[in-house]
Amino acid sequence: MQAAEMNAVRAAESLLALSQQEELVDLPNHSLSASEDEGDSDGERKHQKLLESIGSLDGKKRWKLAERSEACLKVSEFNVCSEGSGEKLLLSDLLEPAKTSSSLAAVKKQLNRVKSKKAVELPLNKEEVERIHREVAFNKTSQTLSKWDPIVLKNRQAEQLVFPLEKEQPNFVPIEHVLSSWKARTPLEQEVFNLLYKNKQPVTDPLLTPLEKASLKAMSLEEVSVSSPRHAMLLPAFALKPRNHCKCHSLQAKMRRAELQRARALQSYYEARARREKKIKSKKYHKIVKKGKAKKALKEFEQLQKVNPAAALEELEKIEKARMMERMSLKHQNSGKWAKSKAIMAKYDLEARQAMQEQLAKNKELTQKLQVVSESEGENGAEEEELLVPDAVNEVQMCADGPNPWMLRNCNSDAKGEVQKDPEQPPEPVVQEVSESEDERPGAEEEILLHEFEERRSLRKRSELSQNAEPVGSQETKDSSCQEVLSELKLLTQKLNQKNHQSRKQKVSSVRTVLQVQKEECALEEEEPVLLQRPERVQTLEDLEDLGHEEYSQNKELPRPVMEEEKAEKTSNNQTDAPKEKKKKEQMIDLQNLLTTKSPSVKLLAVPTAVEELEDEEEKHQKQIIKEAFAGDDVIRDFLKEKKEAVKANKPKDVDLTLPGWGEWGGIGLKPSAKKRRRFLIKAPEGPPRKDKNLPNVIISEKRNIHAAAHQVRVLPYPFTHHQQFERTVQTPIGSTWNTQRAFQKLTTPKVVTKPGHIIKPIKAEDVGYCSSSRSDLSVTQSNPKRPSGHHKKQLKKISRD
Amino acid sequence: METVPRPGRGVPPKKDKLQAKRKKPRRYWEEETAPAVAGASPGPPRKKKKKKNLEVRRQKQKNSHNSKKSRISKKSQFRKKSREQKKPGPQRTLSGAQDPFPGPAPVPLEVARKFRRIDKSKELPHSLPKTRSKLEVAEALEEEISVKAARSELLLAEEPGFLEGEDGEDTAKIRQADIVEAVDIASAAKHFDLNLRQFGPYRLNYSRTGRHLAFGGRRGHVAAFDWVTKKLMCEINVMEAVRDIRFLHSEALLAVAQNRWLHIYDNQGIELHCIRRCDRVTRLEFLPFHFLLATASETGFLTYLDVSVGKIVAALNIRAGRLNVMAQNPYNAVIHLGHSNGTVSLWSPSVQEPLAKILCHRGGIQAVAVDCTGTYMATSGLDHQLKVFDLRGTFQPLSARTLPQGAGHLAFSQRGLLAAGMGDVVNIWAGQGKASLPSLEQPYLTHRLAGPVHGLQFCPFEDVLGVGHSGGITSMLVPGASEPNFDGLESNPYRSRKQRQEWEVKALLEKVPAELICLNPRALAEVDVISLEQHKKERVERLGYDPEAKAPFQPKAKQKGRSSTGSLVKRKKKVLAQEHRDKVRQSLEEQQKQKQKQKAKPTGARPSALDRFGGL
Repeated sequence: MQAAEMNAVRAAESLLALSQQEELVDLPNHSLSASEDEGDSDGERKHQKLLESIGSLDGKKRWKLAERSEACLKVSEFNVCSEGSGEKLLLSDLLEPAKTSSSLAAVKKQLNRVKSKKAVELPLNKEEVERIHREVAFNKTSQTLSKWDPIVLKNRQAEQLVFPLEKEQPNFVPIEHVLSSWKARTPLEQEVFNLLYKNKQPVTDPLLTPLEKASLKAMSLEEVSVSSPRHAMLLPAFALKPRNHCKCHSLQAKMRRAELQRARALQSYYEARARREKKIKSKKYHKIVKKGKAKKALKEFEQLQKVNPAAALEELEKIEKARMMERMSLKHQNSGKWAKSKAIMAKYDLEARQAMQEQLAKNKELTQKLQVVSESEGENGAEEEELLVPDAVNEVQMCADGPNPWMLRNCNSDAKGEVQKDPEQPPEPVVQEVSESEDERPGAEEEILLHEFEERRSLRKRSELSQNAEPVGSQETKDSSCQEVLSELKLLTQKLNQKNHQSRKQKVSSVRTVLQVQKEECALEEEEPVLLQRPERVQTLEDLEDLGHEEYSQNKELPRPVMEEEKAEKTSNNQTDAPKEKKKKEQMIDLQNLLTTKSPSVKLLAVPTAVEELEDEEEKHQKQIIKEAFAGDDVIRDFLKEKKEAVKANKPKDVDLTLPGWGEWGGIGLKPSAKKRRRFLIKAPEGPPRKDKNLPNVIISEKRNIHAAAHQVRVLPYPFTHHQQFERTVQTPIGSTWNTQRAFQKLTTPKVVTKPGHIIKPIKAEDVGYCSSSRSDLSVTQSNPKRPSGHHKKQLKKISRD
Repeated sequence: METVPRPGRGVPPKKDKLQAKRKKPRRYWEEETAPAVAGASPGPPRKKKKKKNLEVRRQKQKNSHNSKKSRISKKSQFRKKSREQKKPGPQRTLSGAQDPFPGPAPVPLEVARKFRRIDKSKELPHSLPKTRSKLEVAEALEEEISVKAARSELLLAEEPGFLEGEDGEDTAKIRQADIVEAVDIASAAKHFDLNLRQFGPYRLNYSRTGRHLAFGGRRGHVAAFDWVTKKLMCEINVMEAVRDIRFLHSEALLAVAQNRWLHIYDNQGIELHCIRRCDRVTRLEFLPFHFLLATASETGFLTYLDVSVGKIVAALNIRAGRLNVMAQNPYNAVIHLGHSNGTVSLWSPSVQEPLAKILCHRGGIQAVAVDCTGTYMATSGLDHQLKVFDLRGTFQPLSARTLPQGAGHLAFSQRGLLAAGMGDVVNIWAGQGKASLPSLEQPYLTHRLAGPVHGLQFCPFEDVLGVGHSGGITSMLVPGASEPNFDGLESNPYRSRKQRQEWEVKALLEKVPAELICLNPRALAEVDVISLEQHKKERVERLGYDPEAKAPFQPKAKQKGRSSTGSLVKRKKKVLAQEHRDKVRQSLEEQQKQKQKQKAKPTGARPSALDRFGGL
């Protein structure tokens, strides 16, 4: 076979060479031959022969031995050639005898089987294999290592690490255990113990006697049973039973447990279902659900119309509202994506056309304004409006004016909760009392659970109701939610009027004892206005406080040792609403005042001396002397001048880039024009205001202390993004000069503590509480002690996911 | 804030005995003076000086005794209680009894607040969770530490003394003799006069522990002694005018500003150094934590000498003529210089120009003093005024008073009492509590001396005011002047030689560099914002982009044709608009806040209906 191939290749080469030659001679011929080439091999052969004969014409190669590269029809005895038949030689063909015999069938089958098996793929080359191995190993390692991540993180964040890790747990043996090993030996001790045993006094566990224990157990059970109002409501019989019935405790507990279990199970079912429904993505399903709901709502509305026209009117109102929303939202116009696609399809598709028309119709229906109802109905409507705008709304608004809206919101929601409860079961007063008396912890959790469950159920019911009440047109969930709110509000108003003080009562009574509750029923009505008024009162109080503050600050504003006259001046200034400019002036005046004010002179001086008698005269005299002495040098003016200079020197200077004589006449006495100067002046940015801007008698240097700055922190450490954050963490001094010894020790605890002379072994899985650690894990940790950093870990994860 | 138990002092050598045993060396002043050392018996220095009524002294003593007793009993009760509260025993005992006060003892909030360092009222910019956790840790730590400090307040057992007149009685009329009579013997011994008329007006200086006193007379008399035991350390005459005298970090070294140069002596009067670079020095100040000796000279130079290495750190030309008024601010080690043009300038060795310049008086400044918390500065000028300034940023006068004679010397005590020497009279004003503004209306105490005052200083940890005058030295009793509780590790009046040496080493190790002196020492704990910004800017320039800038919003790819170019642009715009809106909202809020603040400011007196006619 190989030889044949080689022949073929050689033939092809020669052919190529020839064809190149011929190319030069005759192009059209070549193209022809090419086409013939593809056509049949017979022609090709002839052609080749021809070419060869042409090639031999030049005489260099006289006669080339003709190679047999072509197939022949007959199989020669030396060569196997399949070309002639035009078919591939199959393995089975070799076995095929001239006539078929059945004896070879089994062999054939075997052969077929062999053939059907795919050929073994070439083994990958070594590098690739290694790469794959590495990848796999890496993934495995990273997985095992990622177990340690939380530990690494914990250790990094730990304030202190103590090595070696394993610590002997100090064995605190309870005193009772110690005592239990001790035995009475002396006769006196034995006697005492005998006595104790006889009276059933505790010997080993001295904390509680068996009697006490029993009573405690009973009490705790009772507490549990009593502690939940909800539970009491569900099982009123138990709650009503006298408390010291100890026998039924176990029964109660069991029942209660069962109840709780049921509640939990139901809750979990409900949650699962909700989750499942939420997950459904099918549009069709949702459409169907929506439609079903709409239909149901319509039906119920009709029913309602028959039964209770007033309620139906309310529903109508809601529908109206929905319509309004619709009108506002323009949802059903043919501007949506869906509508647009349908519009395109409508040309060809009847269904699409219909759908579009439906939608348009709906739109029309929704956007159509309802007819004005007749007068008699209008009154009704007005009434309804009143109903629809519930009192609660007004109340809320009223309260919103008050100082603390949050509080009100809370109370409102409380009321809501109350109302939610109400429709289902008007709670019995006794039960309530029980609930009020409870303040035990253990039952609280289950109670909350139960309560939650109950609430959910009610909520679901109500939502269903509201969905029923939904008009046909409103398909948007938004609308439904709107309606929910509306219906809630409505319900609220209805109940609120009746139950208002009741709910209040409940709130208040939760604090009080059982006995007081009944008394308060009447008293609460009096209390109510007080409760309502409260915010306002607070406001007034706050106002008062504010006033006080204002007065105080007024007083504080004039701490300067200025005389009364000046004070009067200032107040007059304030009264005339002097703007800032005036204030500035005042400051400058202030400087004069500062030094010239007459301050109170010391009247009582020292031990009675001769000085005092002449005081006034002397003072005047001295003042005159001083005035004369300082008449010449005006200290204030000098200081102001100095300050002005300092301010000027510290100001950033403008850069003037004007070139005199550029573009205009220059020379001595000629100045560039103002316009040009303005144009080429680069104004320096104005720095921060001076510290002594408002202090007329002070010059504070703005120069930076570079020597001190060299000691300051210049780079923000890592987790901080703003210098103020960092500054806050370094505010506390850590030296022992400023702290107590303990505080100092705490502030300077070393990050890592090692015990001298102890070997620090690498961390093991057992140390951190991983009980199962396979050998491979260990080996990995040993061979690869370096833990992956955050970045590294991310990479690992990516790879492992791949 | 810890008090170390006082080292039990052995029986100190009693002076009387010594006199009896040894032949007393005859001092040159003794021919004229008999030091008024009545019963100089050393004893516990802190005794409450109480004075309620001068007329009925016995009753008063009884009263005081009673009150003392009652207080002590109260205290003991309190302690008992606290001990009980602190008892950490197991919750349940074998007997079943329970701790009636479980948990740690409660700490009064106000006391803890005193030790708070972090100002939580300042709002921080928004922080990442990691940062926030760090901040929370720091805040919690600070709180815990402040609570611990508040707890240890209990260890400050001593209370300051006070002088209280009966209603209508003026404490200023109480004479020193009355006080001396009323107090116990040990305290009475602290009042004495040294009559040294020969060598002119005296300057004096107490050591930082308050145990030693050095004084120098104008005519060359220099002496140092343990003023409590009256044990003389050294006494020399330098044969040159002495302008000022000051102890260095310990009582073993003494700096004396003499007519020409600055000299340093040890406690035996041996001259150690003559510093010729500090010439014609008029005033000396020693900054104990920086080991700097600041000298103000006639030539107008302020020189800082580092006494630990003997190098001149800085010599600043003040350009304000002769300097003879100087004070240090113990809070921030800034030197205050008073000038003849009525200004006080504040100096630090690292800055060549004054940190601040305050115009205080019309005439020249006569004296300056700063209280130990660095809050108040008292100045007196040639215009006969005494003013107290607020040093916390505003530098405004808080109170002022005209004195018939200007105060030539001023001094603040540790608890904020202000003493002024006017001629031969010393007035002392007191405030309400510790480190409060002294009210200048009524003097707390007055005293007339034998001659015009030349030097004033309150003794640390003793209720004593030392006055140097032309007639010698007077030690006045001023109840409530100084801090009753000393820090045994910092300045211990009872330390031994060994302790002093140890302290010296520690203090040297903790020496604060001179460059760190600035107006607000807390500013050192702040980040250098300017270089931080510079650093950031340079980095941005180097990289070509801001690595910390917030990346522009990149909308997430969405499916079903919702991430078309149009919608992408729309989403981007939406986010931009939202950001912009937030910004606007914030700025609006800020504006409103400012407006509210302005509104909250009082608008003067309540406007009356007649105001409208005021303009006419």
